[in-house]
Formats: sequence, C-alpha cells, structure tokens
Amino acid sequence: MIGLHHYITVSAILFVLGVLGIFINRKNIIIILMAIELILLSVNINLVAFSVYLGDLVGQVFAMFVLTVAAGEAAIGLAILVIYFRGRATIAVDDVNRMRG
Amino acid sequence: MIFKIMVFLPLVAALVAGLGRDVVGNTGAKLVTTGALFISCLIAWFVFSLYITGLGVTQVVPVLEWIRSGEMPVDWSLRIDSLTAVMLVVITSVSALVHVYSWGYMAEDPSQPRFFAYLSLFTFAMLMLVTADNLVQMFFGWEGVGLASYLLIGFWYHKPSANAAAIKAFVVNRVGDFGFSLGIFGTFLVFGTVSIPAILEAAPGMAGSTIGFLGLRVDTMTLLCLLLFVGAMGKSAQLGLHTWLPDAMEGPTPVSALIHAATMVTAGVFMVCRLSPMFVMSPTAMTVVTYVGAATALFAATVGMTQTDIKRVIAYSTCSQLGYMFFAAGVGSFGGAMFHLFTHAFFKALLFLGAGSVIHAMHHEQDMRFYGGLRKHIPVTFWSMMAGTLAITGVGLAGVFGFAGFYSKDAIIEATFASGTQHGYVAFAVAVFAALLTSFYSWRLMFLTFWGTPRWDGSEHIQHAVSHDLHAPTGVGTAPTPHPNHGASGTLGYHPHESPKSMLIPLVLLTVGAVFSGFFFHGLFLDPEQGATFWNGSIAFNEHLMHAVHEVPELVKRSATIVMLIGAGIAWLAYVQSPELPGRFVAHAGGLYRFLLNKWYFDELYDTLFVKPSISLGRLLWHGGDEGTIDRFGPNGAAAVVAMGSRAAVRFQSGYLYTYALVMLLGVAAAATWVMTR
Repeated sequence: MIGLHHYITVSAILFVLGVLGIFINRKNIIIILMAIELILLSVNINLVAFSVYLGDLVGQVFAMFVLTVAAGEAAIGLAILVIYFRGRATIAVDDVNRMRG
Repeated sequence: MIFKIMVFLPLVAALVAGLGRDVVGNTGAKLVTTGALFISCLIAWFVFSLYITGLGVTQVVPVLEWIRSGEMPVDWSLRIDSLTAVMLVVITSVSALVHVYSWGYMAEDPSQPRFFAYLSLFTFAMLMLVTADNLVQMFFGWEGVGLASYLLIGFWYHKPSANAAAIKAFVVNRVGDFGFSLGIFGTFLVFGTVSIPAILEAAPGMAGSTIGFLGLRVDTMTLLCLLLFVGAMGKSAQLGLHTWLPDAMEGPTPVSALIHAATMVTAGVFMVCRLSPMFVMSPTAMTVVTYVGAATALFAATVGMTQTDIKRVIAYSTCSQLGYMFFAAGVGSFGGAMFHLFTHAFFKALLFLGAGSVIHAMHHEQDMRFYGGLRKHIPVTFWSMMAGTLAITGVGLAGVFGFAGFYSKDAIIEATFASGTQHGYVAFAVAVFAALLTSFYSWRLMFLTFWGTPRWDGSEHIQHAVSHDLHAPTGVGTAPTPHPNHGASGTLGYHPHESPKSMLIPLVLLTVGAVFSGFFFHGLFLDPEQGATFWNGSIAFNEHLMHAVHEVPELVKRSATIVMLIGAGIAWLAYVQSPELPGRFVAHAGGLYRFLLNKWYFDELYDTLFVKPSISLGRLLWHGGDEGTIDRFGPNGAAAVVAMGSRAAVRFQSGYLYTYALVMLLGVAAAATWVMTR
C-alpha cells in the first residue's frame, strides 16, 4: 500500500534535485528554470498528498494556483532569457555575473 | 591739522593707487602717490624750518582713541618735536624723490600701481613710526614698515630669489621684533604705561633698581634697554641680525634706496635716540650698543670690500654706516647719531639711485666686474655718484667746506675719542679703521664702474641686449655674434644710455643734499649751545660731550681724513694704476679673501645652527607626528578600516545567481532550524 510517507519522500527527492539543479548547474539558465519547475512540482505533490490525507480540498486548489503561477513564471523567465541572449549572445550561467560588487 | 594731512595723505594715496588702480590707471596711480608725497614733503620741510628757527614747540596731536584696556590707555596721536621733524624731512624727501625716480626706473614694469601703492604705504608706516607718542603705536609703525619692506623686496614675486629674500627679511626681523615686544611688555610692567614721555620722565627714578628675569636679578634699565635694542638690531641690520639686508637687494633699486638705505633701516637708530634718556640710565646697555655698532661697522666694511654686485657693496656700506650711528649713540653722542642718520639718508639714497641708473644703463647688469669706462657714457650719473662717494668717504677741509659725511663721520669719531671710556676708545679704533675700509670700497666701486676700459663683453645681459638689437629687424635668425664693425674691444658694440630725466632730477636733488646737508646743518645738530636749543630735550643731548669733542687732539681730528686718503689711494693703486694687484692679493691671501667674500660665513653658520635643525625638526614632526601619528590613527586609519570592511563585503557580491541562491537557502534553513529548535 502506498502511504503518505512515500509521497513525501518522492516530493523531498524532487525538491533536493531541484535545489541541486540550481547550485550545481553551471551551464545553462534554462536548466535553472527547469529546476525551479521541479521544486514547484515537489511542493505540489506535497500539497496534493496532504489534501488527500487530511480530506481537505483547499490543498488541491492551492496546487492549481501553483501550476498557474509556475506557467506564468516559466513564460516570463523564458522571455527574459530571450532578451538577455540578444544582448549578451550567451546564456551560460558562469558568464552571467554583471551584478558582481 | 597739517600734521594729520602730512601723515595720512600717503596712506590715502596708497589706498587709491592700490585698490583703485583699475579706476585711476597707471598714470593716475603714479600721479596720486607722487603728488601726495610732495605735499607731505613740503609740509615736513615747513615743520623742520620751524624747528630750525626755534619757533617749533613739542606738541602732541591726538588722532583717536585706540585701546582702553584696564590701566592701559593707548591712543593714536602724532608727537611732533625736533627729533620727529628731522625724521619727517628725511623720510618725505627721500620718499618723494624715489617716487619720481620710479617713474623712469619702473617705466616698463607691468604692475606699477602696486609698486607705487606699496611705496606710499611704506611711507605712511614710517611716518607713523616716527610720530609715535607711545611704544604700541611705534610698534605698529615698526611692523608696518616691516610689512611694506617684505612686499617690496618680493615685488618681483615671479623670481624665487626675491621671494626667498623677502621671507628671510621678514623672519630675521621677527627675531628683533620679539625682543622689541618683550621690551614693550617689560616697560609696561615697570612703568605702568606705554606713553613715551611718561616713560622717559620716570626712567631716572628707576635707575639702579632690579627686576627678576629668567630666574636672575638684573638691573631694570639694562634689561629693558637691551630688549628694546634687540628690536633695533633687527630693524637696523646690526651684526647677528644683519643677514637679511644684503639679500633685500633683490627688490627694485628705488626700494633699496628708500627702505634699505635712507629710512627703514635707520628706525633702530631713531628708536634708540627717541628713548635715549632711558638708555643713558644704563651704562651696561650703552656699552653693548657701542660694541654691537662697532662690530657691525667693522664687519660690514670688510665684507663690502670683496663684493662684486654693485648693490650689495652699497648694502654692506649701509650696514657699516648704521654701525657708526649705533656706536655714536653708545658713547652718548645721540646728536651725532641723528646727524649721521640725516646726512647718510641723502648720500646713501643718492648712491643707490645712482647705482640704479648705472644698472639701467647697463641693461640690468649688476656685476661691477662687467662695468668699466662708463664715465663718459653716463656723465650725470657719474658726477652725482661722485658727489655721493665724496660724501660717504668724508671729504672736506675743516673750517672751510666738506661734503655731508665729512661733518657727521668726524663728529662721531671725535665723540668716541672724547667720551674717554674704554668702549669709546675701542669704537674710536674701529671707526678709524672702518673709515679706511669705507674709503677703499667706495672708491673701488667708482673705479670699477666708471674708470678703466669697458669689460662689458663678459656680461650675459649686455650680450643679450646686443644680439637682440642686431637681430631685431630680421626677427629670429642666426646665432648672436658680436658686430665686427663696432668700436673698441670689450664693449660688444653696446652703447649705454643716460637715464631719463625722471631719474636724473632726483639724483641731482639728492646730490645737493649730499654736498650741502653737512655744511648747513652741522652746527644745528652738534653745536653744544645751538644743539641743546634745537633738540630741546627730544633726545638726551650731551652738551658736556659736545664740548669735549672740540678738545680732542689734532691727530684724532685729522685721523678720518688721513685714512680716507689712504683708502682712496689703495683703491686707486689696485683698480686704476695696476689692475693686476687684486688678483695677486687674492692669490696670496686666498683664505682671508674667501672669508670676506662669503660674508664671514654668517649665512652658512645660521644655516647649520638654525635653518637645517628647523627643517629636520619640521620634517620629523611632519613625517613622525603629522603623518605617522595623527593621520595614521586619525582620518587615514578610519578610512583604511572602511576600505578593509568593504573589500571583505565585496567578496559576497559574486554576481553569480547560484551563490545568492545558496546563501538564501542556507539562511532559510538556519531560520527554520532556529524556529524549530527554539
């Protein structure tokens, strides 16, 4: 029987993968965007799992909101990415350090 | 009222010319200052004539209240008596003539209004000094002339040497002024007043009293007189504080004539004479004055023999003659000191203005080694300088006629002998020997400048002038070469021109003064009966000494004339008859020559004793104190801490997204941990 803790475990694995995707990835900003999606999905799994477990639909409603926001975030992120590529001709993460003090 | 006009007119003129030069312009500034000086001069001669005829009375003209501080009232007021009248005549006459002279001498200078404003400002300060009724006002004038002297020495401020000379004059005078101000403080402490007549009245009562000074009990009058005399030494360039005067020759020549020959440098003599009733109360102080004067007269005369710069020779001559005035005062012949001051002003101003005329003719060349044979080229200058030389060397025949210096110098020499004291005899010996040297260096100057063959080809100034003339029509061109067709060798084809009339007229007028001032006024200044009436208590006139002067042996009376002839003879031998003699002398006695040429190494001595230690101390405080301590731990330290902190902080701002994200994550984790484990 698949219980709550299985869902939470998968969610935690996805979350850690997403976070590591941000830190360890030195190549591509698109991968960072994907990693963020991964983190949001892990949160969604958490929300849905707890919603079923507790019998409270609010969690699933929240998951819908998160999906919506994630879609918008991905769209805006990609748009910025395109603009940035036009300006710098690269989207390598190691080159993106204009904010250095 | 006329006294106020006389004193303040130069100030008004200086302000108009100095501050309003854009309004009045070059000519306006010159007219205003010169006109003002001539009015002052006329008034001064009028006042002087009153005292000559015995109509003048000692009077004090109040101007305004100045300081009211507890027990010390200090007022501006003009004290007019015969001593002041003598100084007024000297100052305004020489100043007016120097103003006229400067029209010609400074004609090409771009900042003439400034020059004339300074000259008039100086005259005002000097008049303030000699009309002072109290010591504080005298100190005001004293510092005023010092300031004007500084400004005028450094008038050509683009010349580093002129700036250095101006600063030197100012700093050396500070030493003297320190003594003078201590003297004023002490006088106020002892007498409770700074009013000169009150002090002089109370002085005899203080004779023999003692006062604590630096933990010692010293005689009150000796201490006060010596402190005041330190001030006089500084202003009058006496041995020890004389180093600024030769360097002051960096200023324009009219300035040297007015300030560094005729007027300002005699302020010390004037002060000693003004306070003479105080000085006679202290035999010690009088002895010191005598010895300092004698040492200066001897020192300056020896140095004057070796200098080659025409102005420096006359500067050392001035220094030497000031020494004469001081030892005259030191042996009690204040009338003699004032008389020599009076005649000296005319012939020394004449010599300086004559030297200026020579320099003008020789295209700014000041080195006498490059003169020679100028007698026929600039006759007016030659004859007026001749009169000045005859006056300073004291040419004359007793009972018939003599040039100005004949009367004043003989009076001093006889007074030193007649005083009958030990320091009097020392001064007498020095005076006679210095008279010999005076005659030698004065005639040396004349012979090198006006006699012999031209030696102008050695002068860079002349070379420059000639090449400029030759190539002027074609503009910039070939290298400067002497013109082959021009006259005798040594001239480079250069033709000295006599100075313009504005320079010659003052020369001629001063010549009159140098020739006749001694003859006309010696009775008035020196005669026991006439002098006592004339001075009328304004100086401590010693009738007894003036009587004794007539009783000295014949040889003493003739001594000055004898040594004058010897000196002139040696100069003739060495510089006209056989010009190779000086070279032979230098070869034989090179040590002595170098010692004199380097002015007894006074500048080097002061450099080692004061200047270098001061610089090292300043450097130590600069590097160790200011930079090493205050800056290091103060502003620089604070700034370094901030810089270090920001350098550390900068490393957090890597600019990489993932580091920010990591830090954020760690922060969130830490915050969550803290919340959960709380």
